[in-house]
Amino acid sequence: MKRDYAIAIRHLSRVEGHADIHITVKDGELVEARWAVVETPRFFEVMLKGISAERVPFLTSRICGICSISHALASIRALERAMEITPPLAAEQTRLLAMQGETLQSHALHLFFLMAPDFIGTSSVIPLMQSHPDLVRAGLQIKELGNEISSVSAGRCTHPVTLVIGGLSKAPDKQRLLQLRTMIQERKPALESACSFFSSLVMPDFSRETEFISLCNGSSYPSIGGRLISTDGVNRDENDYLLMTNEYTREFSTSKFTRLSRDSSVAGALARFNNNHALLHPKARETAEQLGLRPICHNPFMNTIAQLVECVHILEEAENLINSLLDMDLQEIKTPYAPKAGAATGAVEAPRGILYHSMETDAAGHVVKADCVIPTTQNNGNIHSDLRALARQALEEEKDDRETEKLCEMMVRSYDPCISCSVH
Amino acid sequence: MEKTMTHKGVPFERLKIASFDFTCCEGCQLQLANCESSLPDFLGLLDVRNFREISSERYDDYDIALIEGSISRQDEVERLLKIRKQAKILVAYGTCACFGGVNSLKNRHPVEELIDEVYPGMAIETLPVRKISDLVEVDLFIPGCPVDKREVERIVVSLVKGSLVTLPKYPVCVECKAQLTTCLFELGEICLGPVTRAGCNAVCTSGKTPCLGCRGPAEEINMAAFLALVKERGLSLDDLHEKLAFYNAFEPFLNHEA
Repeated sequence: MKRDYAIAIRHLSRVEGHADIHITVKDGELVEARWAVVETPRFFEVMLKGISAERVPFLTSRICGICSISHALASIRALERAMEITPPLAAEQTRLLAMQGETLQSHALHLFFLMAPDFIGTSSVIPLMQSHPDLVRAGLQIKELGNEISSVSAGRCTHPVTLVIGGLSKAPDKQRLLQLRTMIQERKPALESACSFFSSLVMPDFSRETEFISLCNGSSYPSIGGRLISTDGVNRDENDYLLMTNEYTREFSTSKFTRLSRDSSVAGALARFNNNHALLHPKARETAEQLGLRPICHNPFMNTIAQLVECVHILEEAENLINSLLDMDLQEIKTPYAPKAGAATGAVEAPRGILYHSMETDAAGHVVKADCVIPTTQNNGNIHSDLRALARQALEEEKDDRETEKLCEMMVRSYDPCISCSVH
Repeated sequence: MEKTMTHKGVPFERLKIASFDFTCCEGCQLQLANCESSLPDFLGLLDVRNFREISSERYDDYDIALIEGSISRQDEVERLLKIRKQAKILVAYGTCACFGGVNSLKNRHPVEELIDEVYPGMAIETLPVRKISDLVEVDLFIPGCPVDKREVERIVVSLVKGSLVTLPKYPVCVECKAQLTTCLFELGEICLGPVTRAGCNAVCTSGKTPCLGCRGPAEEINMAAFLALVKERGLSLDDLHEKLAFYNAFEPFLNHEA
C-alpha cells in the first residue's frame, strides 16, 4: 500500500454539474480531503429582480434541468403565499402528481444511469444494455413512466408548461389520466425486478452520524409545503427557512455550504425516509425492510436505496392521485388574483431534498427580492466531511489509492448531487 | 460494439459524438436520455466518446460536439476553443448555446451587483453571458428550452445518412393552429408564437401558456406587423418587453420596438 498519494478528480463524472474531489495522503496519514464545486455561477437571485410574478416559475424552472417542476412549484408556493392566493383543490392534486412524476424520473436516472454502473463495475449504462438488458429495460420503463406522469400533469417533463400562479393554465386530460393509471399498473413488475437487483447488492460499510432535514406535514409523506424538521429535534415554520440553512461560503467552492445543529446536515431521500418513514405506503415500508433500510440510517450509500423505496411509494401515491383527479370535474383549475406586495417562503421536497424559494413582491407583483436554497447546497458540508471520514476509514482498512478513489466517487454519487442547480 | 452497422444492407458509420456543458441547467443533455422507448436504437447510432454527465470514459477523438449552455467565465472560453479545434461539426445545442438563454437576464445588472448580492465578500469570477457563436464558428443550431428530443433524433438520423439538416422555417402559429388550439391573443395574452420558429409542436401554447420564443425568430418574420398587433389590441408593452427579452433570442429585433 502506498503511504503517499494524491487523488485529484477533475469534473467528477456521472453527476449533474462540475465538481472536483481532492484527497492527499502523506506518510500514511490523511492530510486533506476536499469537495470542491467549480460550477459557473448563474446569479438567478439577481436575474429574478424586476420579473413579474406570472413569469417567475418559467424562469426558476430553468435553474435545473432535472428538477424543474420542483423549482417552478417552490416559486409558485412562495408567491401564492406572499400574495395570499389559494389555488383550487384540483390544481393542488395535479401539482402533487407532477411532483411524483419528477421524483420518479430523477430517481430512475440516478439509480440506473448514474449508480448502477458503479455497482456492476462499468463506466456507463451503455455497456449494461448488452450485459444487463433486463435491468436497463426496467430502468427505462420506470424513467419513462416518471416523465409521462409529469407530461400529463404539467404539460412537459422538463421545464413544465401548465404550472402557473393561482393553479393550472390547463387541466390534465382525463383520457390521458386513465392511460397513465394503466401504465403505472403495467410497470409495477419492472420496479419489483429492479428491487430484487438492488437487494442483491452489498452496500459499502460506512456511517458517520449526522442530522437529517426534511419537510413534515404529519399526515402524508412530504412533497409540497409543511413544517421544517430535523432528526436532532428541530421543528420550525416554513417561513423560518433561514434559521434552518445558515448559508456560508467556502473559498474553494462556488456552491455554498449550510449548517443547522451540527457542522453539517443532509437533505434528500434518506432524510425524508429517516423523518417520515411511518407515512410511506405499506408496500414501500415492506420494500425498505427487504432492502435492509431502517430509520435512522446514517450510511450515505443507502440514499440510493431510500430512493428506490420512494419509487415504490410513488407508484402507489400517483395511482391514488389519479383516482382522485378522475373523480373531480376539473373545471375549476385557477384562482383569479390581483398582484400585491408581500413576502413568503415556499418549501418543497425536490427529488434531492428540501428546496426553499423565498420571494418578496411589490404592489405590481414584480419580484423585489428572491432567495433560493438548493438541496445539494445543504449536502455540501456533509459530503465534504464524509469524504474525510471515508478516506480515513479506507486508510485504516489498508485500501489502495485506486480503491479509495472509486469508493469516494461512489459515495459522492450516492448523494445524487445536482451541482449546477446548487450554483444557480 | 461494432463500429460499422448496416441498415437494409447499406453500411453506416456511428457518429463519434461528444457532449459538453457550460453555463446552463443541463436540461438539454438530459433530453438525450428521454424518449426511452427509442433510446437503445438512438444510442445505436452513436459512438459516445465524451459525455461526463453519463459516462466515466473520456476520449478526445470525437467528430461532433454538442455544446450546451452559454459562456460566462474565462475557463469556459478556453475549453470551448479547444473543442472547436477538435470538432468537425460543432452544434449549439439548446437555447442557452444558440442565444444566451435566460442566463442573459444577468447582463442587465452590473457584475459588482451580482457578486455583492450572491457572494458578498468573496472573490468570484464572472463575465457577461455570451452565446456560442459570439466566440467560435457554429456549424449547426438546435434551439429549444429544452431541445425537443424528437427533433434531435431526426437531426441525428440526417447526420448518419449524410442528408441535409433543416429546421422548420415557419412560426409556432402553424403548429398551434394544426392542433386547433384557441389563440392566446383571443384570450388577451401576448404570445410570441407568430414570430418564433416552429419545431416544438407548440408545446407551451397547447398548454394555454404563451410562447416566450425559446426557439428564436422564424425566417422572414414581420416584427413591425407583430408590434402593431400588440399595440392595436392595447396589450401591455412591459409584458411584451419581458417576453422578448426572456431568452435573449430576439435581441436583433429589439430596436424596432420604439
